[in-house]
Amino acid sequence: MTTAVDVAGQVDLRKRSFLQRYPMVRRLLRHKAFVVGAGLFLVISLVAIFADLIAPSDPSRMAVRFRFRPPSAEHWFGTDNLGRSQLSRIVYGARLSLGIGLAVVIMNAVFGVALGAASGYFKRLDNILMRVTDALMAFPPVLLALGIAAALGPSSLTAAIALAAVYIPRTARIVRASVLVVREMEFVQAAMAMGAGNFRILRKHVLPNCLAPLIVQLTFVFAFAVVTEATLSFLGLGSPPPTPTWGNMIAEGRQYIRDAAWITLIPGIALALTVLSLNLLGDGLRDVLDPRLKIAQD
Amino acid sequence: MGRYIVARLIQSIPVLILVSVMSFGIMKLVPGDPAILIGGPTATPAELDVIRANLGLDRPFHIQMWKFYVGLVQGDLGNSLLLGKPVLEATIERVPVSLSIALYSMVLTLGFGIACGVVAALNRNGWVDQGAMIFALLGVSIPNFWLGLMFIILFSVHLGWLPTGGYVPWQESIGGWFATATMPAVSLALLQIGLLARITRSTMLEVLRQDYIRTARAKGLPEFVVIGKHAFKNVMIPVITVIGIIFSVLLSGSLVIESVFSVPGVGSLLGSAVLRRDYPMIQGGLLLVAWSLLMLNILVDVLYAYFDPRVRYDHGR
Amino acid sequence: MDMASTPPLLSVRGLRIEFGTDQGPARAVDDLSFDLDAGEVLGIVGESGSGKSVTALSIMGLLPTPPGRVTAGEILFEGEDLLRKSRNDMRKLRGNEISMIFQEPMTSLNPVFTIGDQLTEAVRWHERVSMATARDRAIEMLGKVGIPSPERRLADYPHQLSGGMRQRVMIAMALSCSPKLLLADEPTTALDVTIQAQILDLLRALQEEFRMAVIIITHNLGVVAEFADRVLVMYAGRTVEQASVEGVFDRPSHPYTEGLLASIPDLEADVLRLTAIPGTLPNPHELPPGCRFQPRCGYAREECTAASPPLLAVSPDHFAACIRHNGYRLDGAAAAMAVPGAR
Repeated sequence: MTTAVDVAGQVDLRKRSFLQRYPMVRRLLRHKAFVVGAGLFLVISLVAIFADLIAPSDPSRMAVRFRFRPPSAEHWFGTDNLGRSQLSRIVYGARLSLGIGLAVVIMNAVFGVALGAASGYFKRLDNILMRVTDALMAFPPVLLALGIAAALGPSSLTAAIALAAVYIPRTARIVRASVLVVREMEFVQAAMAMGAGNFRILRKHVLPNCLAPLIVQLTFVFAFAVVTEATLSFLGLGSPPPTPTWGNMIAEGRQYIRDAAWITLIPGIALALTVLSLNLLGDGLRDVLDPRLKIAQD
Repeated sequence: MGRYIVARLIQSIPVLILVSVMSFGIMKLVPGDPAILIGGPTATPAELDVIRANLGLDRPFHIQMWKFYVGLVQGDLGNSLLLGKPVLEATIERVPVSLSIALYSMVLTLGFGIACGVVAALNRNGWVDQGAMIFALLGVSIPNFWLGLMFIILFSVHLGWLPTGGYVPWQESIGGWFATATMPAVSLALLQIGLLARITRSTMLEVLRQDYIRTARAKGLPEFVVIGKHAFKNVMIPVITVIGIIFSVLLSGSLVIESVFSVPGVGSLLGSAVLRRDYPMIQGGLLLVAWSLLMLNILVDVLYAYFDPRVRYDHGR
Repeated sequence: MDMASTPPLLSVRGLRIEFGTDQGPARAVDDLSFDLDAGEVLGIVGESGSGKSVTALSIMGLLPTPPGRVTAGEILFEGEDLLRKSRNDMRKLRGNEISMIFQEPMTSLNPVFTIGDQLTEAVRWHERVSMATARDRAIEMLGKVGIPSPERRLADYPHQLSGGMRQRVMIAMALSCSPKLLLADEPTTALDVTIQAQILDLLRALQEEFRMAVIIITHNLGVVAEFADRVLVMYAGRTVEQASVEGVFDRPSHPYTEGLLASIPDLEADVLRLTAIPGTLPNPHELPPGCRFQPRCGYAREECTAASPPLLAVSPDHFAACIRHNGYRLDGAAAAMAVPGAR
């Protein structure tokens, strides 16, 4: 590059350099599925964050006069069996859904990395931890989540813990695989020989190397958490009924499926759109961040 | 081959044991006194004592665990609090119901998934290909219990073709079985079909690029032999590995789907056990389901060895 | 060549093969013509990318289409144009009258079927014989290609055999219907040196036994010297020299052939890029003007960039696409001696 002399040229150079410095960002923005997923997810997140402003009324305010109103200009998403505004309940449901999803993702990131790294580093620990993850992964995910939720009692916190427990072993395995690869690399061996601490090596070498698969995994964990949380509350093991979760709404609407199908229909669509956005996001991230995984796709 | 199976069985022993420990331990997560949760707020202290004695909660932890394992070895998983009969018996009674639906669903998944995948690969970017891709995406995004409810709205409420739920054993009436099993099986399968189609498609495209396919063509074999024999068996290798996963997902899904369609299977049994805090049932159910899945995985590995001779010999020696 | 008495087994006339690419069609083979008599061995020599493998695949009717396409010419096999045959007729010919063996014995056999299964297949489809007959034929063929205890090998899977053994199986498979023409595309390149010689000896012995015509494709003139009757040297999709083996070795008449001879590798050093000739094959989208070899040619002159030289007769059965041997004159007399059909 020649040195830019005139000011205009410099500005131009700086403008270009943002995308040049982050080719990942440029590739992500070119990925159609990612852009659609990210856009959708952003909208849903904003709805969840600003639920208080968007919701037309308190999600638990009942109005017997307005029971079973189908979607209309007045009640966009209709009202339910107790005359509550479906729109308000959907909007607050988004907050709960994404909140639990985020909590699961954070727990996954923290414990998944810790366990995965420990397992990859200490051979003796590895054998035990891997058998434990094998055993945890032997249970069908939803069943394990149900079992844990049943033991701890129904609540949002319980749901989050149960979901995290289901996916932490899977996350730990991904991190462990990266650790095993990275620790054999020459520069890491050199760092070890020079007496760099385990934690330092982990932070400086291992984590950056497994970041890509980890981010992809966490996106899918998010999607999984949202669906399974809805399943748990549909079965009555999430936050107990007056709470406006999408799963609760579907469960309550079920009894009125013959005459008021929208009560069931609308929360399902909200749920599917959220999960779809996360899956698109995950597909995009995987294609761009971790091209190795794409081989299985095309 | 026999040796390989035995080796796989021995390898799985530690995991089987760990699974049993977890199934036992999961109920120890219950905060506070399970007896109060079971008995409810109106239970008298005497009633609570009976519940505790029934569950063995009045004994120290290690005795409880010892009794659990002694029972396990004897095939006794305790008694269901709700049904008042042995957990094992209650579960086994319902296995044929769940299994028939799971197999129905599996057949649909494999049949349509593999067929769509092969057609999609042979007509790359055609409508089947595009459709399978959209299907796969929707499949992982739409929760199956909601899909089941949508089916009820469409096929039972509006069209009146199928009953909203229930179950008729196939031994009683094949037609009745089809009428009751179809919606649950389809809601379970539909979402897996797209996924399997994608996997089959990408594998098929990969296989078609291989040298041995060119060799098969160079021999002058008809195209249906090249695809149906030479490509297909190679495509099946990765597909077999996901069958275990698919079955696990189907089983997981049947838990919820059975309660959506009021099917009296293992899934709804566990569902109600979880809701009503039937702890022995939950413990036993978790254990049995996880063990069956582990066995299924071994079966999948054996199938895999059948399809891929390289694995067979590597492990057999 | 006395073409009047017996028609050649295979006659390729003005073959042109194009590959669709992002930058438009690229000619992989351009105006290729040659004849092959029954029982004759022709060596096609050239660097990778010169169009030799593509030519073989087009004879087999196995050109990957798209992107490849034959856009001109004809391939006459026993007087019939293979390019006009239906897919089904071509299929019946493949593995039966015309067979092919490939460069990669490690990947050319299907890993999930036994040797026996793969060996009996072609016979059973082409000759509609019983399993037992096909099995006997398979055992016989395995014996012929020098595989010890052939009956036991039938139950083996490809991964249980070495590379050399697999190539023997490939040969047995190709010859199991006694083809009249065998196309061998770099049959020894992927093998160990000692095995290479064995496979070549085997091919030569079988060629004599079955009295079949063979086209052996190689980048190695050493292989040609051992095996072939006649040689066709290809460069960038075109024939640059065509002669008997003796003709090529005694009197190479194209600078490219000279370069190839100068760089004849020992069997050990299997170089894909010829070090004796500087430069690389031209990009098919940016072919140089005139003679395609001219940018790499030590003898190049200004005339060489003017027009692509036709095949000129050096002697009655020796042709070279180089104007050097005619004193750099492209007059009527020289042009009249060009091979018929090779415009």
